[in-house]
Amino acid sequence: MSAGIDLQNVSCDFGNFRAVDNATVAIKPGEFFSFLGPSGCGKTTILRMISGFIEPTAGTIKIGDKDMKGQRPNQRPTALIFQNLALFPLMSIWENISFGLEVRGVDKATRRAKAQALLEMVDLPGAADKMVSQLSGGQKQRVAIARALAVEPAVMLLDEPLSALDLKLRQHMRAELRAIQKRTGVTFIYITHDQGEALAMSDRVGVMSQGRIQQVANPRDIYNNPVNGFVASFVGENNIFTGTVTNPAGGMAGFDTAFGMFRARLGEQAKSGNIKLYVRPEHTILSETAAAENAVPVTVSEVSFEGAFIAVHGKTASGQTIVAEVRNDGSATVPEIGAARFAHFNAAHASILPDTTAVA
Amino acid sequence: MGNMIRRYGTSLTLLICLLTAFWLVMLVIVPNITLLESSFRPYLPVTEIGGPKDVYTAANYMKVFNGAIEISPFGFSFQIPVHVLTFSLTIFYSVIVTLICFALAYPLAYFMAKILHPRSLPTMFLLLFVPLWVSEVLRAFAWWIILALKGPLSWILMQLHLIDHEVRWIVGYNGVMIGLVYTYVLFMIFPVFNAISSLDSNQIEAAEDLGAPWWRIHWRIVLPHAKPGIASGAVMVFMLSAGSLLVPSILGSTTSQWFTQTVQQWMLDALDWNTAAAYAFILLLMCTLFVSLVMRVFRVKLSDIAN
Repeated sequence: MSAGIDLQNVSCDFGNFRAVDNATVAIKPGEFFSFLGPSGCGKTTILRMISGFIEPTAGTIKIGDKDMKGQRPNQRPTALIFQNLALFPLMSIWENISFGLEVRGVDKATRRAKAQALLEMVDLPGAADKMVSQLSGGQKQRVAIARALAVEPAVMLLDEPLSALDLKLRQHMRAELRAIQKRTGVTFIYITHDQGEALAMSDRVGVMSQGRIQQVANPRDIYNNPVNGFVASFVGENNIFTGTVTNPAGGMAGFDTAFGMFRARLGEQAKSGNIKLYVRPEHTILSETAAAENAVPVTVSEVSFEGAFIAVHGKTASGQTIVAEVRNDGSATVPEIGAARFAHFNAAHASILPDTTAVA
Repeated sequence: MGNMIRRYGTSLTLLICLLTAFWLVMLVIVPNITLLESSFRPYLPVTEIGGPKDVYTAANYMKVFNGAIEISPFGFSFQIPVHVLTFSLTIFYSVIVTLICFALAYPLAYFMAKILHPRSLPTMFLLLFVPLWVSEVLRAFAWWIILALKGPLSWILMQLHLIDHEVRWIVGYNGVMIGLVYTYVLFMIFPVFNAISSLDSNQIEAAEDLGAPWWRIHWRIVLPHAKPGIASGAVMVFMLSAGSLLVPSILGSTTSQWFTQTVQQWMLDALDWNTAAAYAFILLLMCTLFVSLVMRVFRVKLSDIAN
């Protein structure tokens, strides 16, 4: 049993500070939805409003078409996984997992059996009688997931649960969480500031900044078609050019910069204000001869070996750094430092977007 | 020790150690040993001290079993030595005082630790500490006045039409219990407050999120976590209550007798310091045994309390 969640014009104020500003998003039943944003962007506030620990100042929250106004956390069909997991240290593992069932008056034998089944599902079959302090970080993680699943929630809310784990374990748990979500079909709402995590796990991502939802889309669109400069910068690296839009036509436009006229896709929100051109380093190509369009002469200033790719930094005559990433598959030659090259990019890979990063 | 010498120098370290040793040996250990030794010797005229009658004996301790009286609580009549009765009532009412202190302190401690804004905590502490600025004697007297037959409490309740004639509040052990609760409730509030403060609020929220009603959150999450604090508060309130002399003397009624008052009567009225010492050790020993027993029952270790 999973449920969709409807946020309609939800706002939340703490005194004079608006933590969440007019958030509207419809999350589908069974979806893996992530809220992605830097710390202080309001994503945790959204999560706490859905779970019922904070009442919104304005707007409505519906879970499965039922208005949640005035419903306490213990009356909502949600289960929250806390950032620090908040396992109960004085209870054994199986008591932790079955706490939600104990609350519902389920008898001990059934509780124990259910806890055992959930422990097997999260791959910890022998841990039932251990104490929380005897488990490692990753194992505690699984117990927290099992504890939340035990109450058969319609919606699982996860507040950066992987942030305390080391890199290898984090990657492993990502896949595991995704698998558990697919197996149970429960709606997952996942909060993170790690764009890799959000992009890799989610069906859809909502990118947040300063209390506002900037863009809601699937990971591919978030990365390839960001709506503004903030989203473009938060989910990846960019080479950024300033200039002015000229001759917009059919979704494309010219962009007049200090390096000459470029051509790129014109973002829908690039109407007014601080407009810039964004192109990703992996779409930036270095060549010895100038390309037909979108080319900038640079001098190679730094080459950094990143493993899977090699980042080549070029400096333009005006001193701007342009980064091009070359795949480390032996196909490309890496230029020497000091070599003169042309940095160019395909117009389809570049976007003209409003720069919202500096807007208060 | 090496650390201390490096930090304070040899002479200062020596001084600190000597002062501590003096306090411990001369002001704690030696007086207690003297008292213990004299409790095993008979009360004799000065001329016979050191004479043939001055031998070690447990007779002083056996005096608690003298002088049986008949009591009939709940219709059961039986004989009981009067001092054993006094002792039992002292323990019983000290337990009641401890329970009342816990009932008052737990909600307040929870409120201070988890609900009150941290900015308001200093004000709260101040309000709790203000009564301590007045001496214990005056506080007990204040209660004696408040609870008097024609005192303020009766007057206010009369004005509110809650009672239609003045009530004698200090009857039986009422006055003693009110005085003891008032004097020692802080010794319960602070350990319990400390214990609850150290509980991660996320655990309370996690329990609520899993569907637990407020009482179950307290029963399964907050109380177990606060157990060491509760135990340490309970031990303090119980020991201080059972050992209190001032409050039972001032707020006692004609029908209340505290075991410490019996000790005082042996010492000051009968001038029999030997028996008084024996009674004092009975109180100390039995209270310690009782506390250990209760701690065993509630599975609290001494090291939990020390934390």
